[in-house]
Formats: sequence, C-alpha cells, structure tokens
Amino acid sequence: MDEVLLRSLTPHVLTILVRRGADFAAAEDAVQDALVEAVRVWPDNPPRDPKGWLVTVAWRRFLDATRAESARRRREDLVEEEPAPGPAADVDDTLQLYFLCAHPSLTPASAVALTLRAVGGLTTRQIAQAYLVPEATMAQRISRAKRTVSSVRFNQPGDVATVLRVLYLVFNEGYSGDVDLAAEAIRLTRQLAARIDHEEVAGLLALMLLHHARRAARTTADGRLVPLAEQDRGRWDTQLIAEGVDVLQAALARARLGEFQAQAAIAALHADAQRAEETDWVQIVEWYDELVRLTGSPVARLNRAIAVGEADGPRAGLAALAELDPGLPRYAAAAAYLHERDGDPATAARLYAEAAHAAPNLPEREHLTRQAARLNTQLRA
Amino acid sequence: MAKYLLLKHYRGAPAAANDVPMDQWTPEEVSAHVKYMKDFADRLKRTGEFVDEQALSPEGTFVRYDGEGRPPVTDGPFAETKDLIAGWMVIDVETHERALELAAELSAAPGAGGKPIHEWLELRPFMAAPPCITE
Repeated sequence: MDEVLLRSLTPHVLTILVRRGADFAAAEDAVQDALVEAVRVWPDNPPRDPKGWLVTVAWRRFLDATRAESARRRREDLVEEEPAPGPAADVDDTLQLYFLCAHPSLTPASAVALTLRAVGGLTTRQIAQAYLVPEATMAQRISRAKRTVSSVRFNQPGDVATVLRVLYLVFNEGYSGDVDLAAEAIRLTRQLAARIDHEEVAGLLALMLLHHARRAARTTADGRLVPLAEQDRGRWDTQLIAEGVDVLQAALARARLGEFQAQAAIAALHADAQRAEETDWVQIVEWYDELVRLTGSPVARLNRAIAVGEADGPRAGLAALAELDPGLPRYAAAAAYLHERDGDPATAARLYAEAAHAAPNLPEREHLTRQAARLNTQLRA
Repeated sequence: MAKYLLLKHYRGAPAAANDVPMDQWTPEEVSAHVKYMKDFADRLKRTGEFVDEQALSPEGTFVRYDGEGRPPVTDGPFAETKDLIAGWMVIDVETHERALELAAELSAAPGAGGKPIHEWLELRPFMAAPPCITE
C-alpha cells in the first residue's frame, strides 16, 4: 500500500467532491471512508486509475450519507450549476484547498490543523500527537474549523500570505513526535510552489530548505543545542542547500522582495560559509536592514543588532541593541553574547543567567545556563 | 498555540474573597460548584483547548535522598505548613490573554452563598518546543 500516493491524492479527491457541490465536512468524511476502503481493497486488487477510483468511491459515500430529501434537493441544484463531473484537470484544484484551509476566518491553530488534515492527508491522531494534545481535542479543533469554512465559497480567491503563514507555522513547530512536521511543511510548500508562480512561495520554500539542511548539525545526539558558529558544517546537507539557493536566486531575480526571501537570503549567506569566520556579516546586516524595512519586526531588529556586532564589532552591536526594548524575547541572551565578546565576562554571565530564566524552551534554557556556568567558572579561576 | 498549567491550591495561594471552607457550604452550593467546573472543562473540550485535568489528594509528603543504603527521608507530620495543590488543568490556547481569561473564569466558580469564590489560580506557561527557525 503506497501511503505517500494515497496522501498525495487526498486533496485532489476532496477538491473534486467539493467542486461537485459536497459541503466541506461531508466531503472530508466521504474521502476518509474511501481511503479506508482503499487500504482494504488495493493490496489485492490495485486500481488502474487510483485517483478515479477514490473519486468514485468517495462520491458514492457522499451520496449515501446525504440521502435526506432536503440535502438531495440542494445537491441537485448545485450539480445543475456545476460543470458536469468528468476527469477533472489537475491544474489548481489543490491550490483552492490550500486557500480554503488557511482562510482568514480561521485562527492560526485551526488553519494549521485543517491544512495538515485536508491538504496534507495526515490523520487526526497524527496531528494530535505532533501537537501533544488529546486526539479528541484535535478532532474538535478540526471539525470546528470545517464548520467555519463550510460557508466559504470555494471559488473565492485566497490570500497567499495567509497560506504561507500557516506553512511557516507548521515548519517551525519542530520535529517532535512521530510525524516530522518540518518535512511535512516542506512537502506541502513544494506542492504549492509547483502550482503557483509566486516569489514569496519560492522564498518560503528556500528558507525551509536552507534551515532543514542544517538540521542534523543543530543538536547533539543527546539533544543539546549547538550554536551556528560551533556547528559541524560537514553535517550540513549540501544538496538541500544547493536546491535552496537555486530556488532563492530564481525568486530574487523577479525583483519583488518579501520577508521570506530576505530571511532565506540570510540563511543562504550562513550556509555559504565553509567556516564560521568566513560568514559575510556585512551582507547579512544589509539583508536584516531589508527585513526590518519590510516587516518592522522587533525580532528582526534584535537579530540585526547581533549581526552588526559581528560585522562592526561588539560595541557597535551593543549600541544597536541599546535602541531596542529590553523586554524583547532573547534580548538578554543577545546582550550577554555581545558583552562577552566585548571582554566583560562578569556582565555576560549575569545576563546569560537572566536569559536562561526567561528562555521559552528547555534546550535553550540549558544552553544559556551552561554559558553562564562556563563564564562563572572562568571568573572563579 | 501555547500550553498553560492552571494550578488550583488548597493552601498557599493568597486568600480568596469568598473564602469559606467547602464543608460550610450547603449541599446545593457544593453541587453547583462541581457542575460549574465540569461545564467549564466540557466547554474547553468542545473548543479544542482542553489538554488534561487531574485532582490531587490533599496529603503530600516531602521526600529526599538520605545517602547510600539508607531509606528516603520524609518530612514528618507537618503537612499543614506546606502549599498544597488541589489539582491542575492543562489548556492549549492561542494567546496569553486567552489563558488569563480562562483562568479568571475558572476562579469565578460559585462557592458559599452561590457567589463566586474569587480564588487565586496559578497560571504557568509550559516550555515550548524549540522552533526550527531561530536566527
């Protein structure tokens, strides 16, 4: 049984059913039924046209499930308005599903869950495991999301930025659990990039590829964070880096800059350095300037201050930092790093301890605590 | 989404505004309180914000290692001097504001006289998973 094939067909089949007039929730149920049937039947009796088979079975299930008179009347009206069902073109049917699942009426968490379910074809259990919540909770989230979009007209043009935000959230969710959400986000973004010619889709794909390429080097076997400068660059995936750079260059060539392209450009400059000392910090600062201009994001300003510290020395970095709100996440960690480089280990140790206290996740807290401990040990010696 | 722990204390939190021990309430008031908590949890299950809840027994013991080959040391019969956790609920919500709103709502559970207890609940964020994109 080819699970990947099934998963990749799911959104097509779902879209065809919705096109024919099935409401989203009912179509989704029918497709799930058809998938279960496929798992049962295909091993002994593989269809010649898997997609056609799934559409036929799912449509039959949908009809069975909506026998009520009122539903039938509504369906017949809809069918009358719709073009006759036939071999549906692949063109951008799945694309509409992306837009529907990321619809602005949904909360980000609901949009993420619905996208993984309907476009990604993951099971509710897999999504629940990835987000460490009970399956019943995730089932509720997904069914509420389906209800929310059930009245959205399927031909309504979607907002690319919202879709990208959802995929970014999925990617950034990390790699805990059985389902590799980062890999899943890349798979979906690749699909999207193949269907839609948009520079920021390419920018996001490049960003994901470039970060994913460094994944193996980011942590030790026992889960410790390894800072970028100390990573074993031999463990970076050069093939993914090359692909990410290609995708990025094609996007940049279109001269419509967006935040994902700018972020990807920074990631590409890091990936390009054979050794940490060869990093082109001057160019990285320039890209952070672009990023700040595009987004005004305080996080981008903070990262820019660190890059300035590398390009022009720790004093310049501290001066850039002084213009920012000390309440920003990771402000103390950035200040600690720059003070250490500026030759003030006592201040740095105090700030690392403060940063550890405020760290949002365990590997980061442990890393910052070790930094503080390292400096304090030095100071005692 | 971010997970938060709602900690309910038997003792150790600041005193509630309507601070009457539960055994001094009427049976109807106890039932109304229990129903409020259950309805609250059920509603969070429907909104997809519920993760877990557990009640704890009031008896807690401090325990520590006392050296190789020796039995663990426990803290003796002074349990009444400690903070006591009555139970917890874990929620998974979009924002910190939403977590505050839910905690406040739980704190408004009815107590003596059918009036809200106004008890203090402790709200603690979970450590998140490290993000893939940091620099």
